[in-house]
Amino acid sequence: MISSFKRGDGRRQWLRAAVAVPYLWLLLFFLAPFAIIIKISLADPLLALPPFTPLFDWAAAGWQKIQVTVDNYLFLFQDGYYAIIYLSSVKLAAISTLLCLLLGYPMAYYIARQPQRRRNLLLLGIILPFWISFLLRVYAWIGLLNTHGVINNFLLWLGLIDQPLTLIYNDFAVYLGIVYSYLPFMVLPLYANLEKQNLDLQDAAADLGARRWQTFLDITLPLSRPGIIAGCLLVFIPAIGEFIIPALLGGSDTLMIGRVLWDEFFINRDWPVASAVSVVLLLILVVPMMWFQRVQSRVDGGAA
Amino acid sequence: MKQRSTVLLTVTAFGYAFLYLPIVSVIFYSFNDSRLVTLWGGFSLRWYRSLLDSPDILSSAVLSLQIAVVSATLATILGTLAGLALSRLGRFRGRTLFTGMITAPLVMPEIITGISLLFLFISLAEWIGWPAARGATTITIAHITFSMAYVAVVVRARLSGMDQSLEEAAMDLGGRPLRVFFDITVPSIAPAMISGWLLAFTLSLDDVVIASFVSGPGATTLPMLIFSKVKLGVSPDINALATVIILLVSAGVITAAVLTRPRAESRSQSPQ
Repeated sequence: MISSFKRGDGRRQWLRAAVAVPYLWLLLFFLAPFAIIIKISLADPLLALPPFTPLFDWAAAGWQKIQVTVDNYLFLFQDGYYAIIYLSSVKLAAISTLLCLLLGYPMAYYIARQPQRRRNLLLLGIILPFWISFLLRVYAWIGLLNTHGVINNFLLWLGLIDQPLTLIYNDFAVYLGIVYSYLPFMVLPLYANLEKQNLDLQDAAADLGARRWQTFLDITLPLSRPGIIAGCLLVFIPAIGEFIIPALLGGSDTLMIGRVLWDEFFINRDWPVASAVSVVLLLILVVPMMWFQRVQSRVDGGAA
Repeated sequence: MKQRSTVLLTVTAFGYAFLYLPIVSVIFYSFNDSRLVTLWGGFSLRWYRSLLDSPDILSSAVLSLQIAVVSATLATILGTLAGLALSRLGRFRGRTLFTGMITAPLVMPEIITGISLLFLFISLAEWIGWPAARGATTITIAHITFSMAYVAVVVRARLSGMDQSLEEAAMDLGGRPLRVFFDITVPSIAPAMISGWLLAFTLSLDDVVIASFVSGPGATTLPMLIFSKVKLGVSPDINALATVIILLVSAGVITAAVLTRPRAESRSQSPQ
């Protein structure tokens, strides 16, 4: 009895020491940067230019001397430009997520109903692009979508069109790029869910005379809700802040917050406003992120 | 019934074509002699030769590999410790904060991670004089921070599915915690640690956005270089580079899949 207590104590001590290292790391390199970004977002844009050195003079002078201003946030709200960009990013991400679901669900369903060997092969086909560089896969679309690219040449050759279509540097290309890049993130959680489903229920429904569509709508689809939610969040959350896809495939009128943030930071060099834009973006993402955490912890709890 | 499986098969086939069409087209046009990327000018290896002749591509590839190896290794150590604590320590002070911090990087927009880390590095340089210059070190730190989250998730999943009785038996027999960790726990979570390492390695090799923020003059990683070249459109030597990377990665992934397949099957056969 005593020895088992001792055992537990020694173990806990070692685990406590073990967790301290990643804990401190995250406090320093994950949490502290957020405190700083919030602080800079509250700094006076005029005083904080060029970039934000004066902030540290204030810090040296003591916290009470620091001038806090919400001007950057007021600027964001008063300037309709940012509201439009946030809305447009949410719209682009939401529509892409829906398209991903419409394409990914049948794929996941098909894979889950295959014999084991073929299933493994098909899954490998979904996972493989995920390991190949994201940047290079997005880049690959430029060659396909260009005015003189593969798709236009093919359509011209077929005689379906007389003039090359404008397929790139517009919103269409961004939708395509997002659906393409995030499709594996939609298919995998859906597959994990559909594969686990108990087929007895479907069989029972079929035995009782239900049509296959009815069985799907009444049983399979409701049961796959957790998979749908997980897949959609895994696409939607990163899609909102996406930078590479709009930068490489989007047009100058493609409004996505990741790109605007990049320009605000590197071109306008307005760091306080860039910080405020980031904080608002995070606030928009808090709800889907918490939802994702809840879904994840339920999955973890179920597995344990 | 027949009809519906045809629809399913069509959509699935379309999905796979969609996933692989760009990859196949890049590989195909990397052998194109013409400088006009999509006009076929005959088979040629000239872009591969020009790849070998460009020192900036080679040096940034070396830098990226160095950063990826170091950051993946440290992320695996930190992520394993984090996963271990989350699945074995039970309740502890600050657990909620820790869980939040370890899962947040999974869903954090890269651009915000990049900006906030840059601010941190600038602040630290002001306060304590470190890091004096931004470059490979700051990129490595940034990569460790976001990839340890992925390692922690993978290791934690493995640990929660693992029988604890071996560890407990070793403890009962008087094994010291560290000894038990290295002799029992590490070997049994090794597959998760390896896949975590590979994930961290890949994420590091792939990152453009965060590296662009936290890098300084003189440290250009391969993705940063590729990004600056392709921003203006297609470039034939990037096609060749992409082909090399695609073939290397595919070979690695397929080998790994073949090697781990028998193990995965025997695991799924064993009673849960």
